[in-house]
Amino acid sequence: MAKQAHIDISVTQTDGCLMISPRGDWTVYTIGPIDEQLRALPKTPCPPIIDLGQLESIDTAGAYLLDRTAWQTSENPEELKLIGHHETAERLLHQVREAREDVPPVPARHYGVVDWLARMGRGTVEGLQEGVRTLSFVGQTISVCAGLIARPSKFRATATVSVMEEAGLDAIPIVMFLTFFVGMVVAFIGATTLGAFGATIFTVELVGFSMLREFGVILTAIILAGRTNSAFTAQIGAMRMRQEVDAMQVLGLEPMEVLVAPRVIAMLVMTPILAFLATVSGVFGGLIVSWLALDIGPTLFLTRLVSTVPIENFWVGMSKAPFFAMVVALIGCRQGLGVGGSVQSLGTSTTNSVVQALFSIIVIDAIFALFYMQLGI
Amino acid sequence: MAPQTASTQAPQGAADTAPAIRVRGIVNRFGTHTVHDGVDLDIHAGEVIGVIGPSGCGKSVLLRAIVGLRPPQAGTIEIFGRDIGRLSDQQRRLEERNWGVMFQDGALFSNLTVLENVMVPLREHVDMPMGLMRELADMKIRMAGLESSAGGKFPSDLSGGMRKRAALARALVLDPRLLFLDEPTAGLDPITAGRFDALVRELQQAMGLTVFLVTHDLDTLAATCDRIAVLGGKKLLAVGTMDELRQNPDEWIQEYFSGPRGRAAAAGYGQE
Repeated sequence: MAKQAHIDISVTQTDGCLMISPRGDWTVYTIGPIDEQLRALPKTPCPPIIDLGQLESIDTAGAYLLDRTAWQTSENPEELKLIGHHETAERLLHQVREAREDVPPVPARHYGVVDWLARMGRGTVEGLQEGVRTLSFVGQTISVCAGLIARPSKFRATATVSVMEEAGLDAIPIVMFLTFFVGMVVAFIGATTLGAFGATIFTVELVGFSMLREFGVILTAIILAGRTNSAFTAQIGAMRMRQEVDAMQVLGLEPMEVLVAPRVIAMLVMTPILAFLATVSGVFGGLIVSWLALDIGPTLFLTRLVSTVPIENFWVGMSKAPFFAMVVALIGCRQGLGVGGSVQSLGTSTTNSVVQALFSIIVIDAIFALFYMQLGI
Repeated sequence: MAPQTASTQAPQGAADTAPAIRVRGIVNRFGTHTVHDGVDLDIHAGEVIGVIGPSGCGKSVLLRAIVGLRPPQAGTIEIFGRDIGRLSDQQRRLEERNWGVMFQDGALFSNLTVLENVMVPLREHVDMPMGLMRELADMKIRMAGLESSAGGKFPSDLSGGMRKRAALARALVLDPRLLFLDEPTAGLDPITAGRFDALVRELQQAMGLTVFLVTHDLDTLAATCDRIAVLGGKKLLAVGTMDELRQNPDEWIQEYFSGPRGRAAAAGYGQE
């Protein structure tokens, strides 16, 4: 490509026959601009004559274009008349002629009302089936875990502890850091709004109720959904793509026992611990703001917290932790095991996994709120 | 027989023109593990060279070094007389259009259909109407021995052999002068592999390609290669035609060609 590539063509018509004389370089880089011009050529009764005399270089793309032109302008396109000599061109023309076939039209996509309804119906059915599959996976996991109680020798301690470290211990800093800041924000909101009524002291109750009952545990669950759940899906999904899960099965290892049970058990142990630390850290954030901005000292804060916020709130919060743990572990593992052979399915599964986990966490939290309200706690 | 005539011509051609690829003193290390320690190799324009060697001798590493995926620790690689280690990024990109690379498992983009995969190089490097692009890609798919209908399928829906053909179509769509094939017939049944060999040879002759082929398949070597380069012991052990290599006293080469498989492959092509 050192010299400037150029392309040219002249088409003359004699006795109703076309004479096509390509000139210059007919390569994939040059033929773009003359495509329109060649498509517009009229059809003639006799086959066109192609004069190769002035052709310099040609590749299969150029040869294709010449061949297509000859084909479309002629009524009996089987014949190809060549004059002039160009060895490469003759060979390539022969080659592309062999591969010739009319290009099928691009299938049109449909966007009508019927298609829209059909897509909606398919989506609904898929959603329902997904729900059923998730429920059956929950059942399967519970039965496998129950089986482990019956046969403790099948329990994989190393794998479980490893997941506990990776998904639990390593998440402590981020969980505590985030809830600390949320605690501070809640205290600030309390300070500004309650201050208007001269009821600044109620900031303690605000921080206490919100952190113990909701924020501590739900922030933990949301962080785990983003951090651990996606990691589970990606790990197990990559193992599926590389056929490791299949290998396990033929080696007599049960993927549910080897992959799913350790993750579920580790999460069941670690999520309450994380939720507890998150709650402590959130209350501490509120305490710091109250102390520095509102002149409510730590002693007063803690005394008031103990006397006005019933301990039931803490247990309400903690009671949700195991459920969130199950959600994160089960959805992560299930989506991972659902990965197919392609890279795209790994991406889809990871997205689904996080979306489903977040959705389930919020819904479960709402259900608990209703439940405890009816109980009057 | 085509391989023999071409191999006698190649050295003559080499006398007046620079080799298509000139590899000099390549050193490749992974940590403390040296894979290549001074490999020299010339590949002449218009020939098919097969690279063989025991597993782990660095055949694929050599291919990756030549196409620039893993720059060597020392040594130079010249392609059509240009030292690719010294080209600017833009010059390199221009040079790369002259190469087609087919990876071992095809490396098709899984989120695109076969037709879209083949169109990727056209869209990136060439300015032409979409209609023509689609026609050209479709022609290349058929040249690579697939049906047009395969164009609408996704790579995950194809068999191994079809994926390799689609990858070949993508490698050839810009009409490269150099074609790199990494284990083109690995994992294919003998009939499909034989067809693939014939296809590579046919396209190579029609398009005047220079082909760098990494393989383990003795039938592929016998059917497609003009010359064979043997890597081993961190060096280039030998290079020559199959008949020349058979005379080579090296133990590994003797075992390779004189084992039952080597004899069978040679016999199959001797009778033709």
